Amino acid sequence: MAAATKYTFKDFTSDQEVRWCPGCDDYVILRSMQKALPEMGVKKEDVVFISGIGCSSRFPYYIDSFGMHSIHGRAPAIASGVKLANPDLSVWVITGDGDSLAIGGNHFIHVLRRNIDLNIILFNNEIYGLTKGQFSPTSLIGQKTKTSPYGNTQPPFSPGELAIGAQARFFARIGGNTPKEMTQLFIDAEKFKGTSLVEVLQNCPIFNDGCYTHITDKAVRADKQIHLEHNKPMVFGKERDKGLVLKGLKLEVVTIGENGITESDLLIHDAKESDPTLHAMLVRLEYPVATGIIRAVEELTFEQREDALTKEVKANSKFNKVDDLFLSGEIYEV
Amino acid sequence: MITTEKNIKPEVLEAVVIRFVGDSGDGMQLTGTQFSDTSAMFGNDIATFPNYPAEIRAPQGSLYGVSGFQVHIGSIEISTPGEDLDLLVCMNPAALKTNLSALKAGHTVIIDTDSFTKKNLEKALYASNPLEDGSLNNYRVIEVAMTSLTKGALKELEGLDNKSITRSKNMFALGMVYWMYDRDMNHTLDFFNKKFKNKPLIAEANSKVLKTGFYFAETLELIPNSYSISPSKMAKGTYRIINGNQATAWGFLAAAEKSGLELFLGSYPITPASDILHELVKHKHFGVKAFQAEDEIAGITSAIGASFAGDLAITTTSGPGLALKGEAVGLAMILELPLVIVNVQRGGPSTGLPTKTEQSDLLQALYGRNGESPLIVIAASTPADCFDWAYEAARLTLEHMTPVLLLTDGYIANGSEPWKIKSINDMPPISHRQISDRNPENWNVYDRDTDTLARDWAIPGTAGFEHRVGGLEKDKTTGNVSYVPENHEYMTHIRAEKVDRVQNSIPDLKSDFNEEGDLLVVGWGGTFGSLHSATKKLTEEGLKVGHAHFNYINPFPKNTEALFSKFKKIIVCELNNGQLASILRAKFVNIEFSQYNKMQGLPFGASELTQKFKTLIK
Repeated sequence: MAAATKYTFKDFTSDQEVRWCPGCDDYVILRSMQKALPEMGVKKEDVVFISGIGCSSRFPYYIDSFGMHSIHGRAPAIASGVKLANPDLSVWVITGDGDSLAIGGNHFIHVLRRNIDLNIILFNNEIYGLTKGQFSPTSLIGQKTKTSPYGNTQPPFSPGELAIGAQARFFARIGGNTPKEMTQLFIDAEKFKGTSLVEVLQNCPIFNDGCYTHITDKAVRADKQIHLEHNKPMVFGKERDKGLVLKGLKLEVVTIGENGITESDLLIHDAKESDPTLHAMLVRLEYPVATGIIRAVEELTFEQREDALTKEVKANSKFNKVDDLFLSGEIYEV
Repeated sequence: MITTEKNIKPEVLEAVVIRFVGDSGDGMQLTGTQFSDTSAMFGNDIATFPNYPAEIRAPQGSLYGVSGFQVHIGSIEISTPGEDLDLLVCMNPAALKTNLSALKAGHTVIIDTDSFTKKNLEKALYASNPLEDGSLNNYRVIEVAMTSLTKGALKELEGLDNKSITRSKNMFALGMVYWMYDRDMNHTLDFFNKKFKNKPLIAEANSKVLKTGFYFAETLELIPNSYSISPSKMAKGTYRIINGNQATAWGFLAAAEKSGLELFLGSYPITPASDILHELVKHKHFGVKAFQAEDEIAGITSAIGASFAGDLAITTTSGPGLALKGEAVGLAMILELPLVIVNVQRGGPSTGLPTKTEQSDLLQALYGRNGESPLIVIAASTPADCFDWAYEAARLTLEHMTPVLLLTDGYIANGSEPWKIKSINDMPPISHRQISDRNPENWNVYDRDTDTLARDWAIPGTAGFEHRVGGLEKDKTTGNVSYVPENHEYMTHIRAEKVDRVQNSIPDLKSDFNEEGDLLVVGWGGTFGSLHSATKKLTEEGLKVGHAHFNYINPFPKNTEALFSKFKKIIVCELNNGQLASILRAKFVNIEFSQYNKMQGLPFGASELTQKFKTLIK
């Protein structure tokens, strides 16, 4: 998988015209991916993008590598087949909140449970875009959409919470308007052995414009988000004066310098802790919203387990060719 | 009690039909399998028909909990599990009630009298005890207190619990039948030693009961009404007993080895297809990747992913599962990737009759998808030839780059027969269309072979051939998304023509027994054996009847209409409500087709067929 040539983002740009709406965060995600891919040390021909259906799922057409725009919700299962057929490939799933959490919910939880070495980018805009504005499984209570004219009455999923419940080993979150951090997260997701899930808080300028402004806008971002880094204190704020401590069974925001709090009182982020309790709390946190790599716990992947078993069976088997099998056991002459 | 056996003179027949019936926990499937395997090894031709309820352990003694295993053995060619019984072995009243009508008058029924308790008779809805009320007067009844005799045989074996003792009474019955038909017990005794390697006590108990039953029959000099003693005149060679699901799995193993590709199975458990998955998970030594997915859709879509990445990919299911896979089948079809979808048909619609057979998924196989999405559709016709048709399905999909749907059914999937073992060296070659050494400069994703119209298979990892495909309509050359009206029409035609051109590489349809005449019997898939025997019988009676059986259904063989026109009448026989017949009528408008249909979850019997055929020949 080591790359012999040094690529630039142009090597991963296809000749197809990009057809998303002007101002969509999808452009940021595409550009971040095209910048990240040359940094991953993988060969262009070994990169495979699989998508489902929805705005996000047009993504593979725009990347010059192998790709498949498949059917609604099934990308994780297709990608699993690709990876199991050829574990040397770098396999990516591109999906949205409707694609992965509604119609494809079953595949989503099972791919995380199995821990196949795939990278999933979940474009979460809390709305159905391509079908023109119906509520999605991440739309908020009360949200007015085409199918909830009086306000949405279905409580939303938190993708991260669902993922951790499904035993996700790698979960990261990033705002759709922060390309530099996003690029780095994509590189980190590729390097992680196992299923990596990156949730992008993606603005839909047409059907759900501004849904994340209160979190991702440049003016408030530093105060409303905590960008987590492994082994570093949980500190945030424009002045880097806010932080998180554990009080009882809850995370609490404190201010450094007030009530005798110093930086040494803050929690240290441990993304590699296998107990998911604190990661689940961080995922659920509404203020500040946690971004960056929240959880990254490596263990054996599904294909590593399968490969080890296959080698063991092969070593102990008396069958080299199917003819050996056909002539084994109870046979008789006529 | 038992009548004196010594005066009965057995009739020598070329074939006999035996059915073992009991409660679903009585071990009838095992008993039947042991008897048929032993007979096959003796050199008989055999055909078997396991018939069991969907419930794993239905309430004991109930009518719907009856499980049966029928075997037809002979010194002649056997092509069905037979119809009228020469011997019925009944383990309880419910089994007697539901099966007696199949026994030929005057023939033998062996009954475990211990099970004929008041409670069991009530459960079987008997108003009076059939052993006492004269209702069995037309049969030769052998009453044996099998449960007590089994207990007696095992009373000196220490450490056995009551349940294990009672459960081995099926071996008492088997022992009796072995003696009656002069079979050797060694195969079954070896089987016990292997199966219960770690439970020597259970092995000993079963062996003891088997022998006790055998000697019991010897002491009484039990003689069957009829017997078949001589080995059949089958082609010389090395054989093994195989059922349809195992043969299907092995056909794919052979195709993978021959094509040099790794085999990927994406599947989800479903009756009666699960045994293919059970078989293929064993074969990691051949590098088989058998992936039990989270649902039917993930079963097929994981296979599509594996195919995209270069494996020989298959998915296996039954009717309801195929319905769930429909959208993904369409994806594989528009992507023009190789994929085999196996549908082991069962009774439908909906959950239907999961453990019973039917051929009612033909229209679903042909048309069960949105849009214009033709597939190559083929069907296997006997348990052993599932091997050849699985192999052929793999060959077709790899050479033509379009999905193949292989139809089998519960009857041939679970039924078994002798298979003359094939070697990989004797199998036809399989080529695939993966490219690596070509110059990518002048290459387009949807360039086609001029003969077959198959596109190339450029798999991830092949430098210079990076490309995108998808479920959206694509440009006829580049594969990029295209909404051009003429392009969509062109692509619709070319995908259909690609399937039609398979006609050029498949053999003609033939008619067995007569190449022209008064009546052509037409069938497809798993009804081969029944239609073959019925036609054979009428031919022996001097009637001009032929039998044409479809294995290739889409496309049909080229000569189909020409063959049809050589017969005065045609009857299309199917275990459905006339699905093939309706297709034939649409396709061959100048030909008249009669129908014979059955939808009882059961195969055709030869006599219902011959009776019907005779009414058409005046």
